[in-house]
Amino acid sequence: MDVLAEANLRLDANAVDYVLLAFYFALVLGIGYLARRQVSTSLDFFLSGRSLPAWVTGLAFIAANLGAIEVMGMSANGAEYGMPTAHYFWIGAVPAMLFLGIVMMPFYYGSKVRSVPEFMLRRFGKPAHLVNGISFALAQVLIAGANLFLLASVVNLLLGWPIWVSVVLAAVIVLSYTALGGLSAAIYNEVLQFFVIVAALLPLTIVGLYKVGGWEGLVDKVTAGPGGAEQLSSWPGNQLTGFGDNFLSVLGLVFGLGFVLSFGYWTTNFVEVQRAMASKSMSAARRTPIIGAFPKLAMPFIVIIPGMIAGVTVTELMGENKAALMEGGEAPSGATFNNALLLLMRDLLPNGMLGIAIAGLLASFMAGMAANLSSFNTVFTYDIWQAYIKKGRPDDYYLRTGRVVTAAATVLAIGTAFIASTYSNLMDYLQQLFSFFNAPLFATFILGMFWKRMTPTAGWLGLVTGTGAAVGVFLLAETGVWELPGQGASFVGAGAAFVVDIVVSVVVTYMTQPKPEAQLAGLVYSLTPRETLKHSTSGEDAGWYRKPGLLAGIVLVITIVLNIIF
Amino acid sequence: MAHESSRSRGAGVFDVRLVIALLIGVYGIVLTVLGAGFMTEEDIEKSAGVNINLWAGIGMLVFAALFVVWAKWRPIKVPQQEDETGGTGASESEITPGQER
Repeated sequence: MDVLAEANLRLDANAVDYVLLAFYFALVLGIGYLARRQVSTSLDFFLSGRSLPAWVTGLAFIAANLGAIEVMGMSANGAEYGMPTAHYFWIGAVPAMLFLGIVMMPFYYGSKVRSVPEFMLRRFGKPAHLVNGISFALAQVLIAGANLFLLASVVNLLLGWPIWVSVVLAAVIVLSYTALGGLSAAIYNEVLQFFVIVAALLPLTIVGLYKVGGWEGLVDKVTAGPGGAEQLSSWPGNQLTGFGDNFLSVLGLVFGLGFVLSFGYWTTNFVEVQRAMASKSMSAARRTPIIGAFPKLAMPFIVIIPGMIAGVTVTELMGENKAALMEGGEAPSGATFNNALLLLMRDLLPNGMLGIAIAGLLASFMAGMAANLSSFNTVFTYDIWQAYIKKGRPDDYYLRTGRVVTAAATVLAIGTAFIASTYSNLMDYLQQLFSFFNAPLFATFILGMFWKRMTPTAGWLGLVTGTGAAVGVFLLAETGVWELPGQGASFVGAGAAFVVDIVVSVVVTYMTQPKPEAQLAGLVYSLTPRETLKHSTSGEDAGWYRKPGLLAGIVLVITIVLNIIF
Repeated sequence: MAHESSRSRGAGVFDVRLVIALLIGVYGIVLTVLGAGFMTEEDIEKSAGVNINLWAGIGMLVFAALFVVWAKWRPIKVPQQEDETGGTGASESEITPGQER
């Protein structure tokens, strides 16, 4: 107990906790070893041989996104803003995931491409392919570094290991299973991680609710605290958006977060799409994001609610501390909302459960980084190395390349981890990257999929100018020419990238030659025979509970009901 | 090419459901034992009067058991024949193997 007094974030872990933690890591490495035996071709390595069942890819789809940012960031948001944080899940993710499963997946899976950039190659040709491949690879290394840094800083906080030891150790563990077993190992581990995260957060939420006297108790305490009753319902979420006007706030949530940012992220981010591409049939690929939407709907209850509980029970975060932090100042206690989950674990969990909770947190950080690595090595090997540098080698050459590239990317990520460590707010950094890369990509995709006239030149020019627009907004905001608060700059940047991309694409299209229609079958909606967009409904894809459309409908109904209740 | 045999063997031996059940099951056992025998008053008071180790342990054991039952009830089917070698020129037929089984 003395340890607690000295460093208030150091968790009081004992031998049992360390054994539980070690057992988890042993299994993670074991999965890498077992998955290695399934890898004999590059398709096995990069896309799991397209053989995984939908529930596995669906959970991996969610777990790949359930990284450090999601778990720590959203519980911090929960402590600060309360229920409106659920918008990041219910408005900012679920509709886009359903759209991906219902509308876009048939093109991705049906056209047999192995990556999102390869889709660009088939639709728009080499320039767009190269632009997309390079920008994606760059973004992944930068993001992997951010994940690695967060992981290391939490290990440092919790267990007291130096940052650089934690960075290298975490990198070695993630590297060993992704390089051995490829995407299968990453995906199987993501599924395992998903369950460990739930096993960590669910008991924490239950104990927390007991602590505050159930839901009623939480309502009373939040209402009485700074922020008031507004934090108990998700709409209109003025505190979250920063808009005083209710109407503007709702509009901002629906179009800004719900449309440009979330559709851009979920439908074109290869980290996510790759998981669906690894599934064994068209039907399973379409079900992947839809199955993932079910846990996504439930996630707020075990991420945001613990945050809210921390905001009213943890001494360092409640009362005057919360009030000071909400005004952008420093809490007298010195804690920040980012510590909400850790502090709650420290306060409530006995040894045993504590070890599992630490395992869950570390699992979520590794999930993010492994996802970045496994999609980086695919894009780099297939879309840059095989397409432009060493063409036409035998398949096992590219399999070996993939392993080497994974190792190289890990070393790079250790480097970018130290770049990321210089940013005070990593969420700003990441949102910024998304506005550069995902928003223009989404615009080009939507136009390219539904407008057959769109030309190859328009494809790459749109991407370049869209990214340029986002970078321009970023520079204006950085230099103070245009005053935009924290993440406001990335929202505006994403919007600008989207609009500029569309405008440039349309103008350029009318000045250049389109591709012959015969080459666009399977890539553009109006030129694709309806049968190839259909999935099989017999054998392992039979049954009402395997119909993507019906599942999506159920998810949509639950989403609407949740939005009405909260 | 060793492609076919390695895949079949891998699928038979390695079922991720059993790995999940193993992890959660071992966690469940450890927590249940801790919760049943080694909890001090102080520990229980810390977690708001709930013996969370015991309850979470039991919950995890039930969950692990359900996963084992699921894995036994619907074992992984080893693909009979894989038509694709996984190279670059994937043909249209890849979409249908699930249908024909």
